[in-house]
Amino acid sequence: MKAIVNVYLKEGVLDPQGKAVHHALGSLGFDNVRDVRIGKQIVLELDASDPEAAKKEVEEMAETLLANTVIEEYTVEIVE
Amino acid sequence: MKTLNVSILQFPGTNCEYDTVYAFRRLGHETTLVWHKEESLPEESDLVVVPGGFSYGDYLRAGSIARFSPVMKAVQAYAAEGGKVLGICNGFQILTEAHLLPGALKRNQNLHFISRIQSLKVVDTDNDFLRFCQKDEILRIPIAHADGNYFVDDETLDDMERNGQILLRYCDENGDPTVVNGSVRQIAGICNREKNVFGLMPHPERAMESILGSEDGARMLEGFASA
Repeated sequence: MKAIVNVYLKEGVLDPQGKAVHHALGSLGFDNVRDVRIGKQIVLELDASDPEAAKKEVEEMAETLLANTVIEEYTVEIVE
Repeated sequence: MKTLNVSILQFPGTNCEYDTVYAFRRLGHETTLVWHKEESLPEESDLVVVPGGFSYGDYLRAGSIARFSPVMKAVQAYAAEGGKVLGICNGFQILTEAHLLPGALKRNQNLHFISRIQSLKVVDTDNDFLRFCQKDEILRIPIAHADGNYFVDDETLDDMERNGQILLRYCDENGDPTVVNGSVRQIAGICNREKNVFGLMPHPERAMESILGSEDGARMLEGFASA
């Protein structure tokens, strides 16, 4: 079983990398971009059989280590 | 002035520990390097310093992995009993990740690694760290970081201002606030509510001799010895 964790800066926390990329896209002529957020994706290979229990455990990992919830939010997706 | 036993932590990737040893020895104190796998701190530690560097290569987030090292459990317990802890640069990042200090440090606003001597304004001196500095005094201290963009939510920030937890702000040579890395309210250094845990991005241990550009750091670090 695989878990995909996406971590982003929270709404309202300025994302300097997203801002720079947004600016670069604009200067390349891509004018239709309203906002850019840059995050990271963490892919975990799990030894688990119950997707629900696995999701819970990965959420705990995210709260403890994978994300810093002072500035970041995360999503967890379990894929077979 | 009291002679302090200063315990200086060492993680894989720490690179300012020997500068920190030099700085405190120069002030006449005893220092002990403490490897991150140690589960306890030397007895009679008067001050624990988490020095600068790139612990664990800054992987995931600066300080995020170091904060789970065995020695950090001992530091948590030490701080909870009122022991004094100072985090410099990566040490500041580690202390925020460990929730010993509020807030977090993000990538610099301009995305650059900034390395230069920086003017700082002293905001509060009612603490063991900056007791020998003057309020509104301008210090010149080196900075060298990519992730020094301090963030904390507005409510906590207002609370910190009221409690005298804001220690230093970035400024220009005239003392006017200046944006260096994007930190909220130009914050360069803070302490916890109990005023026993301190963190700052600038490097006082690199400003110990005028021949090297500034000795303002000595005055900062000396504060701990009179407490």
